[in-house]
Amino acid sequence: MGAARLQAIALLGVVERNAYLVKRYGWWELAFFVWTIANTLTVVFIAEGVEAGGGTLDVERQTTYLLIGAVIWSYLGIVFEILTETVAWERWEGTIEYTFMAPLSRAVHLLGMGTFAVLYGVVRTALLFAVVALFFGLELDQADFATALLLLAAASVPFVGIGMVTAVLPLISPEKGAQLGFIAQGMLLVVSGVYYPVEVMPGWMQALATVSPATYALDGIRAAVLDGAGPGAVWGDLWPLLVMGVVAVPLGLAVFRTGERYAKRHGKLKRAG
Amino acid sequence: MPAVEIVDLVKLFSRREHRRRVRTRALDGVSFSVARGECVAVLGQNGSGKSTLVRVLATLLLHEGGHARVFGHDVAREDRAVRRLVNRVSVEASFFKRLSAAENLAYAARFYGLTPGRTRRRVPEILTAVGFPARRAGEPMEELSRGMQQKVALARALLTAPVLLLLDEPTTGLDPRSKREVQAFIADMRTAHDTTTVLCTHDMAEAEVLADRVGILDRGRLLALEPPAALRARYGAASLEDAFLAATGRALDDEDEQEAA
Repeated sequence: MGAARLQAIALLGVVERNAYLVKRYGWWELAFFVWTIANTLTVVFIAEGVEAGGGTLDVERQTTYLLIGAVIWSYLGIVFEILTETVAWERWEGTIEYTFMAPLSRAVHLLGMGTFAVLYGVVRTALLFAVVALFFGLELDQADFATALLLLAAASVPFVGIGMVTAVLPLISPEKGAQLGFIAQGMLLVVSGVYYPVEVMPGWMQALATVSPATYALDGIRAAVLDGAGPGAVWGDLWPLLVMGVVAVPLGLAVFRTGERYAKRHGKLKRAG
Repeated sequence: MPAVEIVDLVKLFSRREHRRRVRTRALDGVSFSVARGECVAVLGQNGSGKSTLVRVLATLLLHEGGHARVFGHDVAREDRAVRRLVNRVSVEASFFKRLSAAENLAYAARFYGLTPGRTRRRVPEILTAVGFPARRAGEPMEELSRGMQQKVALARALLTAPVLLLLDEPTTGLDPRSKREVQAFIADMRTAHDTTTVLCTHDMAEAEVLADRVGILDRGRLLALEPPAALRARYGAASLEDAFLAATGRALDDEDEQEAA
């Protein structure tokens, strides 16, 4: 069998494994989805709250603005969680040694998890957006969802690359590594204007925003959904995402491989207890 | 070309103890080779370095000194080539406990390039071969007994047709019947597929039944490696247990203070 075919089948295996896990924990998935909706509502209600408090704003537009931030928060959380938690979970179950012992390349292993994370994340995020948009009765006639999806797809590549970096954390620190992934998610979004324009942040945070893929994803998706911007109009957000993807995935792989070597040197793959 | 060639292998671990970094030699200059189709058993107490040896051969640990080759491939530098040839069954069954046996085997098979169609045919065959009732293949692993789980672990290893099978206490904790079934299957594998086997155990009878040669690993050092009869004769012992006692000065079920991975 050709090496490329073997790796393609192995990639399918990683996707299949994560699909089995979602299926077997179906009720938990539903519970987490309900929690995500509740969490999103707590953010999105802020627009109506500001108006009720005497503020003047375009509630419909601001609600959609906040909803996009909450949805991207959720999407990034899913991508990071699947990449990082799966490694932590595999280490806990002891299967990580069998995965690392198999002849699939580390790139295929991580990209397989990334592929599943993106597919699953897109479905969950689309459902979340639809449910909350219906809840608030948002008029989205002008939205260009195809362009929004294109931006999300482009952003997914650097998100997966950064997720590979966070995925190494459970190998280095089995007890707390997975939680560090949540810190990375928060740090990335706070400088990217998740619920506010980047311009309101201090200068040093705005500088950090320029190297965060979430900044361009949020900006471009808001333009597509709120103003109906097409691919040409969001090119300024699209090309940085493509460049970041080219850099982030090899960087993520290199960091993961370094962490893997550390774990193999120090016997960290073995489950204790 | 030997199936396994280990020369002067050293594996160190370090840990903090009273603000000092203490280094332990889990493997201390181990050398031996295993011929193709041979079964070599390595006896040792807990913490003697048996699991470390298996993990180095399985490319799960990087060693500090010497070298280890599997069918001519260096385990550290040519790990992908080694991983195509090797599989392992350890004392912990290690599965996603909520997934069924069939699901755990299906994705594991895919990691070794088995297509979905071939996996669907092979999984029931291999489960039947290890004595696992096929009707239970859809049940979550957590609902299976330890013996059943260990049979699925064997099936996972054999599904990939390894030419080198690494067994790290594969029957520890099993009831006598399950133990005999697993041992019989390991013997059959060797006969039917010419599989080379490295078996780490502290079960003397298992070593005697399955292995062509038996080694004694003590505190990371390989003290002897000979056919069972020669080992007994070397130490003037009536049994392998007596031979182990004579070689190490300790009984096999004593725990070594040295902590190894």
